[in-house]
Parts: sequence; structure tokens; C-alpha cells
Amino acid sequence: MTDSHIETIRNLAYLLASVLFIFGLKGLTHPRTAVRGMQMGALGMFVAVLATVVAGGILSWTWVVAGLLIGSIVGVLMAIKIPLTDIPQMVALFNGFGGAASFLVAGSELVLRIGAGSSGADTPGTSQAVAGAVIPIQSLIAISASGMIGSLTLLGSLIAAGKLHEVSFSWGGKKVWMSNALLLPGRHAITGICFAACLIVCALIVMNPSTSAWYWVLVALAAVFGILITIPIGGADMPVVIALLNSYSGLAACATGFVINNTVLIIAGALVGASGLILTNIMCKAMNRSLTNVMFAKLGQGGDGGPSADDVYEGKVKTTSAEEVAMLFDGARRVVIVPGYGMAVSQAQHAVRDLANLLESRGVEVEFAIHPVAGRMPGHMNVLLAEADIPYDKLKEMDEINPTLETIDVALVVGANDVVNPVARTDPSSPIAGMPIIDVDKCRTVVVIKRSLSPGFAGIPNPLFAADNTLMLFNDGKKAFLELTAAVKES
Amino acid sequence: MDNIALLAQAASADGATLVMLLTVFVLAVFVGFEVITKVPPTLHTPLMAGSNAVSGITVVGALVAAGAGQGALSTGLGFVAVILATINVVGGFLVSHRMLEMFRKKD
Repeated sequence: MTDSHIETIRNLAYLLASVLFIFGLKGLTHPRTAVRGMQMGALGMFVAVLATVVAGGILSWTWVVAGLLIGSIVGVLMAIKIPLTDIPQMVALFNGFGGAASFLVAGSELVLRIGAGSSGADTPGTSQAVAGAVIPIQSLIAISASGMIGSLTLLGSLIAAGKLHEVSFSWGGKKVWMSNALLLPGRHAITGICFAACLIVCALIVMNPSTSAWYWVLVALAAVFGILITIPIGGADMPVVIALLNSYSGLAACATGFVINNTVLIIAGALVGASGLILTNIMCKAMNRSLTNVMFAKLGQGGDGGPSADDVYEGKVKTTSAEEVAMLFDGARRVVIVPGYGMAVSQAQHAVRDLANLLESRGVEVEFAIHPVAGRMPGHMNVLLAEADIPYDKLKEMDEINPTLETIDVALVVGANDVVNPVARTDPSSPIAGMPIIDVDKCRTVVVIKRSLSPGFAGIPNPLFAADNTLMLFNDGKKAFLELTAAVKES
Repeated sequence: MDNIALLAQAASADGATLVMLLTVFVLAVFVGFEVITKVPPTLHTPLMAGSNAVSGITVVGALVAAGAGQGALSTGLGFVAVILATINVVGGFLVSHRMLEMFRKKD
């Protein structure tokens, strides 16, 4: 076979891989077909790697084999060892690795082409480099894009993973949590200057194709930019950031595809880029905020004229006990459980499942109402509840459950706050005004399981806690559900 | 043919390649939007883990960079890229699979 035959076969294998990726993602449109879908995706990846190894013009095997082995072992260990609750930060970390790989490949290709250009036309046909020729301008632009997006994805993802892992460190004798929004003075200006500097360096790369020095300057600047845009973002906005970084890792792969003229990178990268953008958009809509607002504005910076916590809660909050709630369940036909990040923090999902099963065995209909931004990543609550063996058809989306809430006898809110705050409907000046919420206040009785009356991420009091039909059960989420289960068993 | 004509020819070939790649890119974005819009919220976390793994496709470029045998710097960058991209691919698909298994066993 001639070289061109081999190349054709390799490119056909890449086409097959692309088709498998598309079918794989299509499989995710239903839980029943999802496992098969991801297997097809993995098969597509295998085909692409195999085609590259067999027909990619690889000449020296040491580093290829070593890299694949090390990467596979680390990947398997991480994926198997990690507890399911740590999945958000792990997804963030993997994202960053993908971005890093993209800018490293683009950098390697730039170094290679500069070498090929200066040493003359004595290395024909190796890699995708055009030996001896000037590097075309579109390649330089693609290299710059890959370097910038890849590097900012890496650092942005590392910061995001740190925030999701609740990493803390000492700073001047004080304990600082990474998950808190860190607001530097003049941060908009600094971020803007950093972005402008990135663009200028991109231009320098295009104008000086004989050196790779500017490329590494760009990588460094983009890394700083990635840090700057992630540190001001607080915990509850993480779903948006994670989705956006997901999109960026796809776009970085895409840009690298343009660098090495490889269609499978472009197709796969575009799919991931689109996927991340759709998720970003869904998350933003679920908070009624624009992406710009999430990225550049701080939510709930106190003192914006709303009623104070004392005004809202004074003398109106009724507390309850597990036994009292158990009696409520006695006369209930429909119960809905509304989980929030607090459920993840207290690892309450198994205790929640036990109570739900117990109530169902007594003829109560139990459902779960999931707000799109509950938790720290898109679909976070669904995964936790699935881990606890709760069938997915019990999990209702906000739009599906809201019209039926008037017929619910008891709503159990566990560790959620802003996503059930009726102020979003009633007060147009509130920071969460217009945000779609789960209207639990329309249920006959609402039981809010929470450790205290502390505000949610938006930093505003929640009149739901003081409503006539609301009872507060002050406890840790998991303990509360264990006590509730015990109380129901006794009654 | 003199050098300038050769260069011009190369440039127009590059231009054609670029347009072809851009076409592929734009069409893939449309396919992506069509397919992903239909993914239910329940599967958004597995979707992120899975699409994340797919973005590790850079491993293809990394393998070529690490194996081209073209100088230590280029190879070294490719080697690190192979490790990171492989972690991304293997870890991403496995985590996604772990989650989806939990969704499936209730059927």
C-alpha cells in the first residue's frame, strides 16, 4: 500500500470514530440507551487511537506506549477510587487535563514546524508539518487559539476543582475557603488587561512564526486569565462554570484539529463545545441570569434594600420535631422531596431513600422535585439520588412538578434555599427576581430541613421559612431523615 | 515553476483545506446542538463526564506528536499530552459509565 492509501484508510477510521461519537451522545437521550451510548463513544475513541497508532506515521514508540500506559492507569485508578460525591471536582479536573493536552499538542506542532522550516526540506512527509515552507497564517491563528483556550481551561478547571472540593488554606493566620468568591480590587480592569494582553501576544505569534517563545508567553498569560475569571465565582454558580469549561475543552480540541488538519478532532471538539454551551445556557436560564452576569457580577452583595432577616423571621418561624412530621405523613397521600446542595453535603441521599421507601410501603406517593441548578453541577441531585437506588421516573423536573404542587400534602425541603424562595416571584427588586423556582409554598404543608436560618448563596432571607404553612426542622439533613424514618416506624 | 508560483499554489491548497475544515466544524456544531438538546436533565452529569471524555480526542494529535521522533522538546510535549489526554479519556468514560450503571439497574 502506498502512503496515500494508508492515509485514506486512516481518515475513514476517523470518520467512523466521529459517527460513533455522535451515536454515543444520541444514546444519552434516554437512561435506557445511555450505557450503550457511552460504550459506543468509548469504541469510537478506541478506533481513533488505533488508527493513529497503526497508520499515524509514528516512528518511535517509547514515549507513545509509556504515555498511554501511564495515562490509562492513572485514569482507571481515579475513576474507580473516587467516591460518587466527588464527581463534580473530578469532572472539572479531567476537563483541565483535556485543555492542557490540547495546548501541549499545538505547542509541540509549532516547535516541530519551526524546526522543519529552519532545517530545510530534508524531512518530508513527517507529521503534518509542511517541511521547509512558511507556516500558513491560519495554522498560526489556530495554534494561538488552541494555546489560549487550552491553557485557560486548565487553570480555570483547577480552580473550579479546588472550589468544588472545598479546599481551604491559611492566609495571614485566617482560614480561607476556595469556594468563597474572591473579589480582587479592580478585578474587571485586571481581567480586561490580561485578556487584551493575550490577544496582543496572539498577534505577535502570527507575526513572528520563526520562534515559539511568544506561544509560551501566551500560555502563561491565558493561565492567569483562567484564574482571574474563575476565582470571583461563588459555590452556587459552579454549575455554570463547569458547563462553560466543558465547552472550552471541546473548543480547545477543535482548535488543535485545525492546527494538525484533523477532522475527528474538529468534529468531536465541536460536539463537546455545543454540549457545554447548551448546558451553560440551561443553567443560566434556570437562574434567570445572563452568562455575563454570572461571570462578572457578584450576587447578593448585601444592603440592596430588601427586608432584613429579622423583619422576615421575627416571631413567625415555627419549629417542629420528627414525631410531629411523622404524624403529618399519617394523613398524607402525596409527598414531594426537594433536595438541594445541603443533601449532598450531609450525604443524606441513602437516608432520604429509606424514608421514601417506607412512606411508599404505606401507600404514600413520593416524588422528587429537582431544580436545574440544585447542587454544584448540572444534574448533580439526579446522580446522588440514582446512587441511592431511587428510580429516575420519580425525579420530576421543575416545570413538570410545579403545576401539581397544590395537590401535594407535605413538601420536604432538604438543604435547598434560594431555589424555593418565593421572593423570586414576588419582589422584582430582589437579586433572584424572575428566577424560576419550585413553588413549594403552594403545597399544603412545607417542612424545611435546615441547620439554621442562614441565607443561601443569594444572601437574602427566605419568607418561605416564616410562612403559615411552613414548619422548620432544624437539623443536619442526614440525621433529620434518620429520625424521621424512626418516628414513622414507631407511629 | 519558480518559488513564488509554488508558494501561491501551496497557499491556495491551504485555503481549500481551511474551508473544508470550517465546513466540517460548522456542520458538527449543528449536529451537536440537535443531539444534545434532547438529553434530559437527569443525565446532565453523565453527559458532562462523557462529553468530557470525548474532548480527550486530542490524544490522537498527542500520539503523533510524541511518536514523530522530531526532537526532544516536541516529543516531550507530546508525551505529557498523551498522559493527560489518556487520563481524560479513560477516566471520563469510566466515571460516566459508573454513573449510568446506577441509572440503568432500576429498569
